[in-house]
Parts: sequence; C-alpha cells; structure tokens
Amino acid sequence: MPRLRLPRPDLGGILPVSTVLLVIVAVWYAAAIGMNARWERDQAARAGTQVSAMQMVGLTLTQDRPVLPAPHQVAAGLYQGLAGQKITSPRSLVWHAWVTLSATLAGFGIGAVAGTALAIGIVHSRSMDQSVMPWAVASQTVPILAIAPMVIVVLSSMGITGLLPKAIIAAWLSFFPVLVGMVKGLRTPDAMQMDQMRSWNASRTQIFWHLRLPSSLPYLFASLKVAIAAALVGTIVGELPAGATAGLGARLLSGSYYGQTVQIWAALFTAAALAAILVAIVARIERGTLARIGHRA
Amino acid sequence: MSTLPIIGVWLGGWAINLWLARFDTRASRAAVAAIFGLTLIALWEMTVRIHEVPAVILPAPSQIAASIVQNRSLLVTDFVQTILRGALTGWVIGATAAILAAIAIDRSPFLQKGLLPIGNFVAALPIVGIAPILVMWFGFDWHSKAAVVVVMVFFPILVNMVAGLRATDALQRDLMASWAAPYGASLILMRLPAALPFLFNGLKITTTLALIGAIVAEFFGSPTKGMGFRISTAVGRLDLPLVWAEIVVAALAGTCFYAIVALIERRATFWHPSQRNNRG
Repeated sequence: MPRLRLPRPDLGGILPVSTVLLVIVAVWYAAAIGMNARWERDQAARAGTQVSAMQMVGLTLTQDRPVLPAPHQVAAGLYQGLAGQKITSPRSLVWHAWVTLSATLAGFGIGAVAGTALAIGIVHSRSMDQSVMPWAVASQTVPILAIAPMVIVVLSSMGITGLLPKAIIAAWLSFFPVLVGMVKGLRTPDAMQMDQMRSWNASRTQIFWHLRLPSSLPYLFASLKVAIAAALVGTIVGELPAGATAGLGARLLSGSYYGQTVQIWAALFTAAALAAILVAIVARIERGTLARIGHRA
Repeated sequence: MSTLPIIGVWLGGWAINLWLARFDTRASRAAVAAIFGLTLIALWEMTVRIHEVPAVILPAPSQIAASIVQNRSLLVTDFVQTILRGALTGWVIGATAAILAAIAIDRSPFLQKGLLPIGNFVAALPIVGIAPILVMWFGFDWHSKAAVVVVMVFFPILVNMVAGLRATDALQRDLMASWAAPYGASLILMRLPAALPFLFNGLKITTTLALIGAIVAEFFGSPTKGMGFRISTAVGRLDLPLVWAEIVVAALAGTCFYAIVALIERRATFWHPSQRNNRG
C-alpha cells in the first residue's frame, strides 16, 4: 500500500531524546543486575546461603567493584570526584580533567596554526601541493593514535616529560583535519570570483584576506570541531603509558589495574563531558563568526 | 658543516619537484609525491647517520627495514592477531549492526529524533576509553579487541547510513509510490543504492578507527602476541627498530584497508558524480 506522507507534527527534540536516554538507563540497570549477579551467586554458594530475587537486585547494585557499575554508582563516583574533593587533590576529577584539558588545548592550538599555515602554502604553491597533499591524505589512513603511547615513552627517555609530549600527539592528530579542511576551504572561491578580484587588480595578499580566508571559514570550523575532539582523544591515549599519574587517561589505566570500575566510568564520563563542552564552544564561536561575516550557518 | 649535505639533498629534491610540478600530468603528480617521500626518508637516514643519533631515540630507515626482514614471522603473527582477528572481525560486526540499526531507525521518525543526536554525540566522544572496561569483560584475547572495535565503528557508520537513507528526493519517492512499490522494493531498489555513497564514507572513516581500537585495546591486556603488545614490550626493551617495524606494518595495513574499501566503493557507486569526476 503506498502511503501518503503527511507532514507530521514536530515532536520537538526533547521528548524523543529523553525517551531514548531513559531506555538506555533502564537497559543499563538491567545489564548491571545481570552482569554482577554471578559474583553474588558465587558468594552465596560459598557461604551456603540462598539469595532471593529482591535481595539480588539490592546486592548487585551496591557492589564495591562491580563488573558493570549501576548508573547511580557512576553518578556518585562522578559527584565524589568533581565536588567531593579539593580541586588540588590528586583524587579530584577536576584536577585530572584540567591536566588533560591543558595538554589538549596546547596541542590543538599548535596543530590548528600549523595546519592552517601549511594549507596556505599548499594553496599558493603548486609543487608543495603535489608533494605534500598525497601524503597528508594517505596519513589519514594510518593509525597514528595507536603509537601515541610509544611517542610518550621515547620522548620521556630523551628527558621530555610533562605537558609537551601529550601536546605533540594532540597537535599531530588535530593537524591533518585542519590541513585538509583548509586546503579545501581556501580553494572554494570559483573562477568568477577570482576573476573579479583580478579585475580589481587585487594582490595575492588582498585576495587571501578578502576572498579566500572568508570563504574558507565554514570549512575551517567544521575541521576545528573534528580536530579538537581528536586532540582530546590523543591526549587521553597519550596519558595511558605506565608512569603517567595525572590526567583522565591515567585515571582510566589505574582504574583498570586495580579493578576500580566506578573510577573508570567516572573518568570516562568526565572525558565525554569535556569533549562535548569543547565541541560546543567551537560550535558557538562558529555560529558567532559566520553570522558576523554574513554566512547563513 | 655536517648539515650541508642534508640541506643539499633537501634543496635538490625541492628543485626537481618545482620543475616537475609545472607539467601537472598524472605521471608527474605521482612522481612529485614519490620524490617528496623519498627525500624525507633520505634526509632521515642522513640525519641519523651524520649526527649519530642513537637507535634508542630514532632508528634509521635502514635499521627499521632490517628489523622488518629479521622479525617477519613475528610481524605476521601480530598482524593476524591484531588486524585480521581483532580489527577486521570487529569492523565487519560493527558495520553490519550499524547498517541494520540504521534501517530500523529509518522507519521510525521518533527513533530518528531520539537516537541521532545521541549518535552524533557519541561519535565525537573518546570511545577508546571503554577499552579497559571491555578488556575486563571479554578477557585478554582478540574477542575484547573486536568488541572495542565494534563500539568504535558503530556510531560513525550509523550516523552516515541514516543520513544516506534520507538522501532520496521527493520526486524519486513519488515515482516509487506511483508504481505502488512496497517498502521492501523501494528500500532495495531505490534507497539502499542511494545510501551507498554515505555508507562508504562511514566505512572509510572507520577503517582507521578499527585499527586504532584494536591496537590501543592491547595496551590494557593481551596474550603474548599482537601489535599493541609488541609495541609496548619492545619499548620496554628499548628495541626501537622493532617498534618502528610494527608502526610500518600498521601504517601499510591501514592504507591497504582504506584502499580496498575505496576500491569497492568505486565499483559499487560508479554512477555517483564524485566517482565519475575521478575518472575524467
């Protein structure tokens, strides 16, 4: 039966999203009970007691080291980490998030500036374009992130530790999206617009500032959003090698060593929130800038 | 004084490229890229030799090549364990699940509105972070690596596929409706083909993610083989040439994986403008 597609009333974003979120939380609780039950059953069998279904629910949701912590345990861990400590304490998630954030921002800054600079060079020099671009594109297919911990170890054996090695990885990861996006963006002006600039006798610099740069901004921001998320992932993975004691990645690793699942999940959610905030900030700047130069965002 | 030959090689390569770049044919473009790459490798080799950089910090390309030849059976074992078992299995499972989920979501506008913002959100998250959790759940062998890869590739493919299923325009849908085509027929004959370019975009992005997930998950625990395991233990023994050998294998595997998917894309979506332009 062919159906007529009537315009549906707009449900708004909030109702569907919150429904799906509720379903996820419900599934999570069910999974937590199911996955933690085996340990409780083993304990009960060892003690020679029986556990009723209701007791089981209570027990599985309050374990110290659950296989899967229940949402409220993660929330408690998050609250404990974010608000329950002095922010200078090494148990505080705020402190760890700050360590990660500073390396992320430093790397993102370096990567974005370097990517933009190289893109400008590539757009203006044909030999640079033909030399560098194929490698830049091919390098996107290389799992660079996987070697990040090794870079950290090698750099620390050279005596470089702290923020810089992580920032280098973050910069490397955010460099390529910006480069590829900017090359595309700086090339968007079509022949007619370029001819117009030439008919006004505009110099290369003027063409760059008045035509190429403004028309590349949408591409720049699209790639900046990708780049800042990549920089954060790079920093976190850079914090994984043993020896790192600060940062969200180090929290993940020490949590996995000591079976502190709540700690892992709390660090994970902090990282997720950090990613969301960073992308949202870039998106905000994007909207403001594009509105000011008259783009329809 | 010892840096003079290095600068000389650089300028020489650059001059050749400046000259070659003026021809701008297919062959000259390939040559320019190849010369650039070779120049970099030559510079690397020369810098290490002339300044006697210790292999612990940066091994020369020749040392890395020697290490690849010497450890080839080890590298093959790691390749099978990490790439074929971990990454490829996970990628196939994750992609299949994402495609099926996208088709299911597509039937319900309510699910679309609910899941898409969450999917977009999750696609931007540092998902590698779940690696320690999944290693705890699924054990040290390749199953946990495949599980990490499944989660990592699921959302990017899902988001792309859902966008792809909406890529048909009203005219095309009306045409199908006027032929009284049932849902299944219009899905298979019209909407799935129209979604292919989007799907392949997602598949290509996730090839790299799959390798990253499989290798990084091994840092959290693995049997005594696998690329991530080998990298971390070789770093511990300061056997840097072996580390770089693994990196070369990972890079080649990543590029080949991407190239294979891109090749399939070209065959499957030959009708799409972006593919047609490539040929002309």
